[in-house]
Amino acid sequence: MKQPNASLGKDLVGLETLSAEQILTVLNTAEPFKEISERRIKKVPVLRGKTIVNLFFEASTRTLVSFEFAEKRLSADTVNISSSGSSVAKGETLVDTARNLEAMRIDMVVVRHGSSGAAKFLAERIPSNVINAGDGSHEHPTQALLDMLTIRDHFGKIEGLKVCLVGDILHSRVARSNIFGLLTLGAEVAVCGPKTLLPLGIAELGVTVFSRIEEAVQWADVLNVLRLQLERMEAGYLPSLREYNQVWGVSQARLDQAPKDLLILHPGPMNRGVEIDSDVADGPHAMILQQVTNGVAVRMAVLYLLSGGAPDTAEAAKEGAEV
Amino acid sequence: MSRPLLIRGGRVVDPSQSVDDLRDVLVVDGVVAQIGNGIDPPEGAREIDARGLVVTPGLIDVHVHLREPGGEHRETIATGAKAAAAGGFTAVCAMPNTDPVVDDPAGVGFVIAQGAAAGAARVYPLGAISVGQEGKQLAAIGEMFEAGAVGITDDGNPVMDSGLMRRALDYAQAFGIPVADHPEDLGLSGAGVMNEGVVATRLGLHGKPNASEDVHIVRDLMLADLTGGRIHLQHVSTAYGVEAIRRAKTRGVRVTAEATPHHLLLTEERVEGFDTDAKMNPPLRASVDREAVREGLADGTLDVFASDHAPHHYDEKEQAFADAPNGIVGLETALGLGLTYLVGEGLIDLATLIQRMSVGPAEAFGLPGGTLVPGSAGDVTIINLDEAWTVDRDGFLSKSRNTPFHGWDLKGRACYTIVGGAVVWEADRS
Amino acid sequence: MDEQAVHRAVARMARELVEQNEGPENLALLGIHRRGVQIADLIRSEIERAEDVTVPSGSLDITLYRDDLMAIGPRPVIGATVLPEGGVDETAVVIVDDVLFTGRTVRAALNELMDWGRPSRVSLCVLVDRGGREFPIQPNVVGRVITVLPHQAVEVSVADLDGRWGVDIVPFSSEAEA
Repeated sequence: MKQPNASLGKDLVGLETLSAEQILTVLNTAEPFKEISERRIKKVPVLRGKTIVNLFFEASTRTLVSFEFAEKRLSADTVNISSSGSSVAKGETLVDTARNLEAMRIDMVVVRHGSSGAAKFLAERIPSNVINAGDGSHEHPTQALLDMLTIRDHFGKIEGLKVCLVGDILHSRVARSNIFGLLTLGAEVAVCGPKTLLPLGIAELGVTVFSRIEEAVQWADVLNVLRLQLERMEAGYLPSLREYNQVWGVSQARLDQAPKDLLILHPGPMNRGVEIDSDVADGPHAMILQQVTNGVAVRMAVLYLLSGGAPDTAEAAKEGAEV
Repeated sequence: MSRPLLIRGGRVVDPSQSVDDLRDVLVVDGVVAQIGNGIDPPEGAREIDARGLVVTPGLIDVHVHLREPGGEHRETIATGAKAAAAGGFTAVCAMPNTDPVVDDPAGVGFVIAQGAAAGAARVYPLGAISVGQEGKQLAAIGEMFEAGAVGITDDGNPVMDSGLMRRALDYAQAFGIPVADHPEDLGLSGAGVMNEGVVATRLGLHGKPNASEDVHIVRDLMLADLTGGRIHLQHVSTAYGVEAIRRAKTRGVRVTAEATPHHLLLTEERVEGFDTDAKMNPPLRASVDREAVREGLADGTLDVFASDHAPHHYDEKEQAFADAPNGIVGLETALGLGLTYLVGEGLIDLATLIQRMSVGPAEAFGLPGGTLVPGSAGDVTIINLDEAWTVDRDGFLSKSRNTPFHGWDLKGRACYTIVGGAVVWEADRS
Repeated sequence: MDEQAVHRAVARMARELVEQNEGPENLALLGIHRRGVQIADLIRSEIERAEDVTVPSGSLDITLYRDDLMAIGPRPVIGATVLPEGGVDETAVVIVDDVLFTGRTVRAALNELMDWGRPSRVSLCVLVDRGGREFPIQPNVVGRVITVLPHQAVEVSVADLDGRWGVDIVPFSSEAEA
């Protein structure tokens, strides 16, 4: 059986442009990396001497820590730059920040930015590999990859599964990357949430739209429950968090109405009692911690796959195998 | 006074007097003296051999941002006036959203003085509707009119307070100048940075619905109806908006409206890849809207073809899409785009395009020119319909380079721009 | 070498390993991905049959420890790494591979092994030693020493992957085993 082994190219900006083979290459490559994190010495020398900058223009704990673990377990040297206290806060532009880093001879940039398209913008302007750790409401490819890995761990496949993204689709980069990736791998995808938080034309992407969680629960194999940013209420998208929980919250009582056990994902951090109830989050079908574990493996896989030499030397990879 | 100018043997296209024929045009003392055949050159006249060329009333762009004062790194009144001349325009209307805002007679006087000093296209200032364009208190409309303002607008900042808009429409009538509005409901636009729809959804960019424009178009039409004032709707981009204006016109509402080259030629698909040169306000819309804007221009619902020339420094556009400013430059591409894609593809004929670029805008803002009737301003544009050229933003006379049309192959270009009988721009015909 | 020759060699290698270790106790076999794993399995069943014991075994994929990883283009597929049951601490680990050539693979395997723990002893067992070492590494147990010309390669076939057991000398090609 031939293993998928497609080059990702220079950057990972999003899943929209990746083929099924490219996505499967990442998921399959993540498998052996899971084991490394179980070792006593959780480190392999594959990225020794590589310098990676984690350039976070938006606050993030989970994603940053996950990337940093992945980088360190591959022996890369890492530097974290976050917007507060950096030159970014002093008015330096994205492109100037990147060029300055580039001048210090870095190899890869992991970028998180509040504006959609920022990762692509950076990737087009610097020779380093760029990994998108979330750009505005656009994409968060490694999150979707780890979600898909978690789903595949459980079901042994992605194709044919019914995955429903629940919550604030409008502002969610996690939703978009999941939609693109899951559709490419042959899953059926739905979204469910208040219409104020569903972007116009979402159905044209090829997803089913449910306005009520009760319908989604009847349909789905997997619920991927998105975090509800609390500031959405102030912006007038929702009446109140309490009402959101009452109408769209994923509770055990609602899951009990489902014809089968649903796998529950959440990209974190959770608002318990808002989009997800504690009995679900801590229940047997919640894969939330498994997602976190898989996140490190997926990011190791992406770093490994992107750090390759010239992409046109596929043959050399085979020749070089006889070391 | 300058030498007399005789333009000989050109095809004169002057929609104001329904002329499309071979004529000579004589300009003496800055005004059109005679139009006819076999005119003898007066003593000392300069002659231009216009055989094979099209001679039109000087073209007018009623919607340009010249950025001075306050944004001289993007454009100055001088560079903008020269870019206008190079694009075939003999006159432009400068928007008041500068820093400081042109909201008093001193600001109007400054723009006029800088425009006169440039020695290129004429520069007609618009004043602000409200002090600082803040939408609260009426600006010194009467004094600005006395100083030379040809209209008022808060362009860039929609007038959100309908009561203020009503008063502006009432007040401006004393001076016979139009109130130009950038129709947009900011609440509906929200955080939008492009057209709302599936492209925005895929790119994760917030969208502005058509309704954010339509609501204000309809409001403005109602207020013009109510007040009897003259409303000029800027850069109309939606199908509903065009239809609303069409119906208002049949009811006799005093409304004029613009279409821009980009809303006539491009759609939201152009944003794909997060190209900030496709970011403007109103945004590029869906193809159904583009078709409606085209129909509107063709049937005269939209009276004016205007570029909404909006220069930005290259590093202002060199940002993530949402962070980049709105707008593109247009003075040096508008005519070529119109000739190539509107006339060349048969949407409208040459006379209609010239109408929308000369007498149409002149009437909308009560400007001199827009016609070659003897006695009118000696502003003439001479066009070579056969010149094939490629848009090269690095060759622009404008200070800025932000255009989505870079590299487009066009056919037709101004070769002489004549203001008051003086040649202010002449193509290198070597 | 045909199938019979391979099996004879493996039987002898198994005996030598037990002999050098003064018994089968405490042994752990680690096959190097991919064909080393098959050979390690063969040796393990040979020892288990002869000695009536259970020998822990595992596999390692040295891809992430290669010294030429930065020079080769899109990343090779990484195989599974499986530690022997009970780990490698205080065990007599035997690294098993099909062909010993430059020694670089073994260097990588040793480094990876060190990241796993602290074996009491490490030895090297290969089916074919074809010479051409670039590192000071020598096997403890060898199936056969074969001298080949620079333009030739040694190709080991294993039943699970290739449908048969055997060792052949073939003209060097880019299709060398991965």
